[in-house]
Amino acid sequence: MHDAVAFWRDVRKETEGDLGRIVFDLSNVQAADGGVVALLVELRTELGARGVKAELAGANDRVETIVNLYSGHEGVTLRTKHKPEGTVAQIGRSTFEVKEEAKALLDFLGNMVLAGITLLRHPRAGHWKDVVALCEKTGADAVPIVLLINFLVGFVMAFQSAKQLKMFGANIYVADLVGISLTRELAPLMTAIIVCGRSGAAFAAEIGSMKVNEEVDALRTLGISPFGWLVVPRIAALILVVPLLTLIADFVGTAGGLLVGIIDLDLTAQGYVIETLTAVHGWDVLTGLLKSLVFSVAIGLIACQQGLAATGGAEGVGRRTTSSVVTSLFMLVAIDALFTVIFRAFNV
Amino acid sequence: MMDTARPKPPVPQMRRKSDRSNLIHVNRSMPRRDRAHDEKPIIEVKGLTIGWGDTIVQENLSFEVKRGEVFGILGGSGTGKSTLLRFLIGLEQPIAGEIDIAGRGRPDLEAGLPPFGVMFQAGALFGSLTIGENVSLPIEEWTDLPDDAIAAIAHAKLKLVGLADAADMCPAELSGGMKKRAAIARALALDPELVFLDEPSSGLDPVMAADLDELILTLSKTLGLTVVIVTHELESIFRIADRIVMLDTETKTIIATGDPRELRNSEDRRVGDFFNRRSKES
Repeated sequence: MHDAVAFWRDVRKETEGDLGRIVFDLSNVQAADGGVVALLVELRTELGARGVKAELAGANDRVETIVNLYSGHEGVTLRTKHKPEGTVAQIGRSTFEVKEEAKALLDFLGNMVLAGITLLRHPRAGHWKDVVALCEKTGADAVPIVLLINFLVGFVMAFQSAKQLKMFGANIYVADLVGISLTRELAPLMTAIIVCGRSGAAFAAEIGSMKVNEEVDALRTLGISPFGWLVVPRIAALILVVPLLTLIADFVGTAGGLLVGIIDLDLTAQGYVIETLTAVHGWDVLTGLLKSLVFSVAIGLIACQQGLAATGGAEGVGRRTTSSVVTSLFMLVAIDALFTVIFRAFNV
Repeated sequence: MMDTARPKPPVPQMRRKSDRSNLIHVNRSMPRRDRAHDEKPIIEVKGLTIGWGDTIVQENLSFEVKRGEVFGILGGSGTGKSTLLRFLIGLEQPIAGEIDIAGRGRPDLEAGLPPFGVMFQAGALFGSLTIGENVSLPIEEWTDLPDDAIAAIAHAKLKLVGLADAADMCPAELSGGMKKRAAIARALALDPELVFLDEPSSGLDPVMAADLDELILTLSKTLGLTVVIVTHELESIFRIADRIVMLDTETKTIIATGDPRELRNSEDRRVGDFFNRRSKES
């Protein structure tokens, strides 16, 4: 096979043009590998189609056996090259895919509502014992990363604003800026992004693997609803955990700002804290927690829906996991923007 | 087969344990005395066409499965045997035709506990649960038994399949054969009168496959179970199946029905080739 490229090129060149008959003399060939013989047989077929009588002659027993083996493949059609999809076709296909996805999402939401109603009527039917373990996985295990990221967010925000505020002698207002931004916007959003990347992706991958391994089907044949058993406990865990993580993020982000206030703006810790408490009202924290509650439901629903839609093995699970994270991130930002507009409209 | 099988009762419609007024107090394996019920096929399939959208996998399938028999769904790779199983157990909606399982029509998996157990090809055990918990799950879900009783039943089911010592192991720690045995134990957890087994002996060595066949046969005979097996393992079929249907890829329908030992001498070349392991080119 090592010489096959040169061999193929040479032989094809030799056989170009009008030929009445051509004989490939194999009498000096002591041994041949399958690839080269396959090319020769293919060439004989191609020449035959052009009306050229081609023969493979003089082969020893060993080579002839291989020729006979590959002769069964005469008339093999060439691999058709895929024509690249046109722009219009791509738009059309994507539109249909969006339609199908929307249908699947509505179907999923409908099933979720039914599962919710069933659980309200029969709370004992819920698979609640998983909730504690899920809270630990999505909450307790996420605390270190939530601490680090939100501390850095508060720190960077204070650092960036310090330079500007210093020019006006308004150093103390760093506490206002950091406190309000964090509690109303950044802490809920950053925490939700972390939960989406950690737990949302894990949920999608876990449920996706269960789907492709027929575990979800097995649940259904046991008369157990995958929604009640897999989806509801995960969403319940996120609802319990994400607001708590957000609250932690509020404190630790403020600590990041405080550090900058002390080392860069010559503020006292007491002064910074008093200014923060003056600027940040309970409602600011509550709006953040309300957002985090909605974020947690969105992350859970999207992750579980994508997981349950997985098909086609490991590749399908990977695709759905990616899709879960991307869709969730988009939805988080969209929901955040919607909340901001609503709060602004109602002046809260 | 029918003579040796212990008759099974009709399956009561089970309710979840949360519905306190409808707790299960009926042992589904209690003998019953309704002869007409016993003689009625447990599965009736009429004019069934399966597939998705415009893709038809098999069409116009009609067959019956009698109570207490081991029934094989046979065919080459890619004929749609496992797909047919998915339609029979209600995981997919047929394009056309009728399915009746245990006199309850086409299974509606959203409506409650179906009257059968299923062993999926790779076992489909829940990876986050131990083997014991896998077997206990349907019992916990569908009965109001105390924990010690559930554990005792699960242990008995695992003992039945030779896995009494594996209750605390995770599915990932089990071999392929053990996973299949555990999946059979889970399928039998609530004493169904019918079990579907998807390729039970595929991927197993001959000794393990023979052991599993023996287990299926024993369960069928002693418990009076009706067993529907999807397979292309001829040795298994000859060893345990009372009757089979054979699916064909080209005609997309059933090409043979009956006793596999008789079908070995079928005049239909496709059937003969399959049963006698003859290459199409020979």
